[in-house]
Amino acid sequence: MKPIIKVENLSKNYVLGGEQKPYSTLRESLVDAARKPLKMLRRGQSKDTNNFWALRDVNFEVMPGEVVGIIGRNGAGKSTLLKILSRITEPTSGRIELYGRVGALLEVGTGFHPELTGRENIFLNGAILGMRQAEIARKFDEIVDFAEIEQFLDTPVKHYSSGMYTRLAFAVAANLEPEVLIVDEVLAVGDAVFQKKCLGKMKSVSDKEGRTVLFVSHNMAAVKSICRRGIMLKSGSLEFEGDSISAVDFYMQGGSDLSSFQDWTETEMPGNDSIKIRKASVCAKEKSIGEPILTSDDFVFEIEFYNNIDNGDIDVTWDLMNVQGIHVAHIGTICAQNGLSRGWHKTSATFPRNLLNTERYTFSVQFGRNQRELLFRMEDILTFDIEDGIQRSGSSFHKFPGVIHPVCKWQTITAV
Amino acid sequence: MSFITTKENQTAVAAPPANLPNAKNDYQLPENPLVVIEPRSGWVPLNLREFWQYRDLLYILMMRDIKVRYKQTLLGALWAIIQPLFTMLIFTLFFGKLAGMPSDGIPYPLFAYAGLLPWTFFSNAVTNSGNSLVGNSSLITKIYFPRMIIPMASVASGLLDFLIAFGLLVVLMFYYSVGLSINILILPFLIILTSLLAIGIGMWMSALNVKFRDVRYALPFLIQIGMFATPIIYPSSLVPDKWRWLLALNPLTGQIEAYRSAFFGRPFDWFALGISTVLTLAILFYAAFTFRRMEKSFADVV
Repeated sequence: MKPIIKVENLSKNYVLGGEQKPYSTLRESLVDAARKPLKMLRRGQSKDTNNFWALRDVNFEVMPGEVVGIIGRNGAGKSTLLKILSRITEPTSGRIELYGRVGALLEVGTGFHPELTGRENIFLNGAILGMRQAEIARKFDEIVDFAEIEQFLDTPVKHYSSGMYTRLAFAVAANLEPEVLIVDEVLAVGDAVFQKKCLGKMKSVSDKEGRTVLFVSHNMAAVKSICRRGIMLKSGSLEFEGDSISAVDFYMQGGSDLSSFQDWTETEMPGNDSIKIRKASVCAKEKSIGEPILTSDDFVFEIEFYNNIDNGDIDVTWDLMNVQGIHVAHIGTICAQNGLSRGWHKTSATFPRNLLNTERYTFSVQFGRNQRELLFRMEDILTFDIEDGIQRSGSSFHKFPGVIHPVCKWQTITAV
Repeated sequence: MSFITTKENQTAVAAPPANLPNAKNDYQLPENPLVVIEPRSGWVPLNLREFWQYRDLLYILMMRDIKVRYKQTLLGALWAIIQPLFTMLIFTLFFGKLAGMPSDGIPYPLFAYAGLLPWTFFSNAVTNSGNSLVGNSSLITKIYFPRMIIPMASVASGLLDFLIAFGLLVVLMFYYSVGLSINILILPFLIILTSLLAIGIGMWMSALNVKFRDVRYALPFLIQIGMFATPIIYPSSLVPDKWRWLLALNPLTGQIEAYRSAFFGRPFDWFALGISTVLTLAILFYAAFTFRRMEKSFADVV
């Protein structure tokens, strides 16, 4: 049988400067163009260090009717792969052959206009996703049914609750009829009941209608239950390919590296004009870096950074995610009451013991100003395990279910 | 679909990695790939076939722009008239009355309005479409469709305003008892020509705007200059003969004069209109190919 998607030696290169300055002004380009030859003379070589390979030599094939899960840490290249597959951006090299129409759902509600009504947005969104008007009209009732929004059909969507909005958006997309459906993380939103409904819909899209689905998710349970095959990406390369259960297992057991300590040299420091990060670490309190962090340990996480804003009202926020992709905590602090001086600073915090379950975690960190403006964000700056600290007489390792595993005060009294 | 596997069946099959789907798929794979995704470089074909497949999107985006434009405004679609009307009144006061600008024997207010009508359409269309890609960045980074549709829809959505403002022209002509002639039949052609010019310039500006935000600031300024470089408040007969060719290099010149001829039943300057048509098409093609060449980086840069 012939594959419906054939990916050959696919690579995508980004120039990193472009990410921090999303757009340039004409003057900058002119100045850059004038300076470039000078710079090259001075250094004797062109600098090539700003290149970043989001994807490198990725090869795989997908058979018609297959449901393939694509997993990997943030920044592994999943989104880039989807963007190339859905033709939003071009690869730097390599080739993809598509033997069917592709419908991509990279975000729920792309193109929804807040001022337009639900009805108008169904047509708008459908057309953006590539449906003909007649096709949308034919499926209109089904979409409205699935989204459960009949009575709000003629209300502008800006008055919708976020749940209604998501339901409507997914309903439109779920009724697309391409041979290949690409879905990115749409299930991360919406309530549990609706998530279940979405998963069910995706399953039936492949089981009953025989369509091919590529599904990117951090929700490992969903990947295991929906997908047959799994592809794991790591730093832009294909790290594992196999059935979805092995892929998820591979991913969860060290498929991704631990990095409980980061120390950058001057030239490599991540950051931008406002903030530069020199060091970051996570470590059990009163232990040294690298020693296991047990559930019974308080642990300290800290970051050293350069603040280039005079007396800025700088805040640091950490996002703690577990390896299942669950957002466990969003914690942070304002660095100084009356503005933080320009220069090097270190912010640290202690996370209480006996709260998190044994699991692999990642921290992402972001710096903001005036608690509104984002200055810099770095995904997955630290990855670490929390290990079982409870001395148990039994021999087998056992992980408790649940995101947290707090030590509670228990009491049993005789009830009358 | 020859048969549908039940859930139990599927778990029983218990997937080895190379597990192929069974015969439930009734989609026949084509011999050749429908789409090949490869890095492109240099000039890229326009791919009008695909464009045609997405024509519904053009229509719907146009309707979106029309519906949204006057939402939450008090005066609504009246704005389509207010803009050219008040500009006309001001020009009539300063140029018509105070400066005594000639107007080829047509009452000056009518003369100015007939020029301002297509000009307002053109300048709004270019401004809107020039900013359209940046304004729709969320679409560009999330979904694939022929990008040209966005600036085109912005131009197309101005047509309704044009028609409303045209209504006022008819009223004014009635007021000044100037009758319509058979010349008006050329109006659809002129509207298409002006739209194509607006699409060409707007598309080009929108692509540049993605990379260079200078466009946002330069565009209003250029449009202001354009207004004086085009015979809108003055007739081109005011320009000395030996400089007339310079004026004709502005593709709008021939069009604006042709609009006046169409409205007021005067003879057409076919030569000027011909130059204008050629220039318009040249700009359109150049802009379209430039756009195609630049569009591959839109999602990464916008």
